[in-house]
Amino acid sequence: MTPHLGTFILRRAVSAIVLVLVVSSAAVILARLAPGDHLSEFELTPAQIAAERHRLGLDAPLYVQYFGWLRRVARFDLGESTRYPGRKVSDLIAERIGNTAMLGLAALVLATALGIPLGVLSATNRRGPLALTTRVVSIVLLALPPVILSLGLLFLASTTGWFPVGGLPSSGGAEATLRHLVLPVLALGLPVAATLERLQSRAMGDALRHPSVQAARARGIPQRRVVWSHALRLSLTPVLAVYGVIAATLISGSFAVEYVMTWPGLGRLLYDGLIARDANVVAGCAATGAAVLATGILLADVALAAADPRVAGQR
Amino acid sequence: MSGNRLIGAALLAGLIVAAVFAPALTPHGPLSQFTDFENAPPMRPHIIAADGTVVWPYVRPLKLIDRLERRFEATGDEVPIRLFKDGVLLSIDESRGPWFPLGTDPLGRDAFSRLLFGARLSLSVAFVASLGALLIGVAVGGVAGFAGGRPETILMAIADFVLVLPAIYVVLALRAAMPLVLSVPQVFWTLSVVLAAAGWPLVARGVRGIIAAERRKEYVEAAYSMGAAPSRILLRHLVPACTGFLLSIETMLVPAFVISEGTLTLVGLGFPVPSASWGAMLRDAWQGAAFSDAPWLMAPAAAVAVTVLVMQLLGSRDAAETVSPRQTV
Repeated sequence: MTPHLGTFILRRAVSAIVLVLVVSSAAVILARLAPGDHLSEFELTPAQIAAERHRLGLDAPLYVQYFGWLRRVARFDLGESTRYPGRKVSDLIAERIGNTAMLGLAALVLATALGIPLGVLSATNRRGPLALTTRVVSIVLLALPPVILSLGLLFLASTTGWFPVGGLPSSGGAEATLRHLVLPVLALGLPVAATLERLQSRAMGDALRHPSVQAARARGIPQRRVVWSHALRLSLTPVLAVYGVIAATLISGSFAVEYVMTWPGLGRLLYDGLIARDANVVAGCAATGAAVLATGILLADVALAAADPRVAGQR
Repeated sequence: MSGNRLIGAALLAGLIVAAVFAPALTPHGPLSQFTDFENAPPMRPHIIAADGTVVWPYVRPLKLIDRLERRFEATGDEVPIRLFKDGVLLSIDESRGPWFPLGTDPLGRDAFSRLLFGARLSLSVAFVASLGALLIGVAVGGVAGFAGGRPETILMAIADFVLVLPAIYVVLALRAAMPLVLSVPQVFWTLSVVLAAAGWPLVARGVRGIIAAERRKEYVEAAYSMGAAPSRILLRHLVPACTGFLLSIETMLVPAFVISEGTLTLVGLGFPVPSASWGAMLRDAWQGAAFSDAPWLMAPAAAVAVTVLVMQLLGSRDAAETVSPRQTV
């Protein structure tokens, strides 16, 4: 590890922590500022509401509530949910985060496994039938965001009955889970695969024109090795550079997929918290989501720096 | 103009015409309900008569056979399509049965009429929001690129921060901080502001880069030497230099915002019942869960996809290939 890489990772880690801190603070403040709270739904006397608000500390000034939340979070206590009375927010999140992580990781793997090789192939053989098909399919998929694709796949599934429609079975073991995972993963992963394919195709085209690749070819190295070893390594830098953005794209997209396909994930929990004015759930989900996002960005940055050490020196 | 852009421009013009002239293009209002025609299938025009000859396009009106099963049958009637009757481009004599070119939704409303009237809400909110994002982005990016130094560092740190966040959650959180039930105009302006607030950083980054590069050029120096004020240089010389970038970023913001409107309305935080927007139509179709019986209810999904495609055709090839709309929102 070069000294550059060490400071680079340290600096990115600090900005990751700042990200989590700012997002969760914003969520706490925004959730408290929202008009009404979970009590406005019930028919209670003003005195009862006041007593309940006092018990939950909702009558304290905003900054007191905020610092109280921070103090509790430092002890890994995210508070109690009001939407799900008597449940601890940390338990709720623990139940859901696995589902979201499973969905997001599977979609990421699918997108990478499809996008990168197809991008390479479509760049090296521009006029072949495979390249043309890939390009057209990618452009169509780029016009289908997860929310539209989920609805479309749901329609397809309910017409053909090939795959179960939405939800996650509580029983049935791994096989049932996998079967229910297929549609959400396709809806989330395919648009990302198209993005990666287009990017990789462009980067590969540029890499093939790079002098070092031309030189490798001139030395008589077989075309296959030139493409898959020399040019691929060059072309990965611009593609790895977007993986941080893709982490955010997956988290964004997974909300729509979770909602439309009734997948019990973190996004749906956050949404329910927002609607039910459950400030602790909102803040807890936002903090967890931000932590996941920050980790994703950090990993992408480190991978980028490993592939292209110049990056670490620049920033 | 390349071929792609020409096609894109023509299709965009078509979308705008469909939205603007919706009342003259649709046979029914977006809200009128036909209780005898719930989930009625599309009624396409025919041009071949029963005896095999080619005739003026006509429609076969439907008749309800079974309300529970929502089964319909074409009556033997052949009702010719009329041109420009009662201020509507295409219509039929409705005394012999209503015409639903794209079928009806589970509440018996004409899907075609709702689709075109929905284009008004969905497209206009996206355009207004994208103008807002451009305005904020140019202001922030312009000041940052022109001033340099500490203001630049701070403004760009904020932009970068908003940029890495998953935009739909920013939009959700901002929207949910407002009262949950709002009227249509209130929703329109709320969504415009919220989407602009989530979309400006991308604009600001590009504008800052362009202006930081342009302000060192000779024509700017010439303007200074002629005694132009900094504000004049920024507004008259530097901001116009960003025009090309702003147009290409507009083709990314609009589809992203159309998708956001769809998502927000689908989850119940956008336009309220019974107004017609593409998101509202998707919500009704999704909640009705009548997918397999009523594929025509997917029309708004196709409309969203076409809008994204149109804007990709219009946008520069580089932009369309490097940043997908979901990355902006």
